[in-house]
Amino acid sequence: MVRRTNDSISVSTSRILMDKLMSILVYAAVGLASAALILILAETLIQGLPILKLSFLLDAPVPVGFSGGGIGPDIEGTLIMVGIASLISVPIGVGAGIFFSEWPESKLSSLSSFSNDVLAEFPSMVIGIFVYTIIVLTTGRFSAFAGSVALSIIMIPVVARTTEESLKIVPKTLREASMALGVSRWKTVVRVVMSTGKRGLITGILLALARAAGETAPLILTAGYSTAFLNGLFNQTGSLPYLIYYYAISPYSSWHAIAWGAALILIAIMFVMNVSVKLAFASKFEETRAEI
Amino acid sequence: MKAFSKARLTKTEVRTWNASANADSLMKVLVAVAAFTVIAILTAIAFELYLNSLPSISKFGISFIWGTTWDVSTEMFGALPFIFGTFVTSLLALLIGLPISLGVAIFLSEKVKSRRMVTRSIGTLVELLAAVPSVIYGLWGLFFLSPLLRRYVETPLHDYLGFVPLFAGTPFGLDFFTAGVLLAIMIIPTVSAISRDVLNAVPNSQREAMYSLGATHWEVIWKAVLPYARSGIFGATILGLARAVGETMAVTMVIGNEPKITASLFSGGYTLAAVIANQFTEATGQLYISSLIEIGLVLFFMALAINTFARLLIWKMKRGMNIRV
Repeated sequence: MVRRTNDSISVSTSRILMDKLMSILVYAAVGLASAALILILAETLIQGLPILKLSFLLDAPVPVGFSGGGIGPDIEGTLIMVGIASLISVPIGVGAGIFFSEWPESKLSSLSSFSNDVLAEFPSMVIGIFVYTIIVLTTGRFSAFAGSVALSIIMIPVVARTTEESLKIVPKTLREASMALGVSRWKTVVRVVMSTGKRGLITGILLALARAAGETAPLILTAGYSTAFLNGLFNQTGSLPYLIYYYAISPYSSWHAIAWGAALILIAIMFVMNVSVKLAFASKFEETRAEI
Repeated sequence: MKAFSKARLTKTEVRTWNASANADSLMKVLVAVAAFTVIAILTAIAFELYLNSLPSISKFGISFIWGTTWDVSTEMFGALPFIFGTFVTSLLALLIGLPISLGVAIFLSEKVKSRRMVTRSIGTLVELLAAVPSVIYGLWGLFFLSPLLRRYVETPLHDYLGFVPLFAGTPFGLDFFTAGVLLAIMIIPTVSAISRDVLNAVPNSQREAMYSLGATHWEVIWKAVLPYARSGIFGATILGLARAVGETMAVTMVIGNEPKITASLFSGGYTLAAVIANQFTEATGQLYISSLIEIGLVLFFMALAINTFARLLIWKMKRGMNIRV
């Protein structure tokens, strides 16, 4: 550990003052960043809590001016679209991740890995336009299916990247031991490497799910909006994030209240997923890494 | 080697051997297809955007980029107001967000590195900022941040410094300034997390040498640590920029949605992503829709350029310092 001994050396006052000032600024930065999070959480809780009831979660919305009504169809829409999106994106993402970690030297791997990085940071709006042109224009309508495809494109890069990383930290020795016993490559990957790295794998999939559940922009151009419960995959559907947007920019204060209630639900889902992933897997993850 | 081992195996063993060799190549093909899908998606996005913006491209040509008029009734479409808005809000986000993110990174890696509890809880707090969905930032920005900024920041700035063109105009709360502040908060998790990793990777000998010369803590950070981590922090900044450029919902909800080019930060504006979100579903007519898609194409190339640049920087840094970003 580095430690200063200034006893014998005199340091000019201005330098000490500068040191103190910058320390204060650094602490202020941390304060500001934490304050932002706390203010967002507090406001959502204060505005969202009063409206929360069981019927709010289950009922369909009612027109402006009527009391009651809820966000049931939107919760349903989000769950279904995120579910289908994971069915599409998990196989592709995990497959690509395995390829990145098992054949990192190949041309395909480096090109695909780069595309994956670009896609991961891509404006989600552009992905929305893409799915609009290939699915909505072809089928002639907004649909839950189009929304799912858009969300799956958002999930793939996250799943692929975390798969690669969690497989890469599996010790080489394990892999070699398995191969030395005559176990074939794919069995080694599936039974040894993937099962050792499965915590990381699950973490990645959950984080991708959380990210997809909070996306709004691509859904505007793909899933559309509906106030009714889902009536087939090829029909429009509501979703939690779109509801928040749609109701927030409306002029009615009763709708603003509903938007806050939905925001509270959405933020709760996000945080529960993120924190539980962290608590359940992060520490173990570090232990495995430490053992290597 | 294979032939040699095969010679010593029984028939059944050979069969299993062949079966697993087949399974091996099957697996390789399957995962290679998955990896190829990722490339295919990116290529298909570029292709589809180009194809669908052809009507607009053939009508306006390259002048679409610097056309300043966006008029639906006369079907005159130019993207400059949106490019301008994207540029202004992202720049503002970096100006405000970068110092804060660097402060957080310095705090985590230089001030409290040995105290695991503190680094972990502050680290988690900042990461949770990344978990807040963009639409909730928008909701909060619209009903909480915008009135707050209008009252306590914009109005005083306008009252005392109104003669500066930047602070001219009537502070209304839904403008470039609010969008920039909101984006600044949104890029903090990205920029601070990568910067922290980069700072953590700076070798301790760098710090020790500086301390041994009698430097203060700040001088060590400023003269020995930050210069060493320069290119990595630059990469983190560019990645933050990419996030700010692509952000849609939060900006759409607070920027006021007026296609204007003005020096005033207190004026309503528009960004590339926001105009798509706001007008696409109501757009009628082929030219209008294809112009909006061409806006998407512009956004595509901006995002691609920024991301490529950032990845190059971080790759270079990673190769030099062997860290995980």
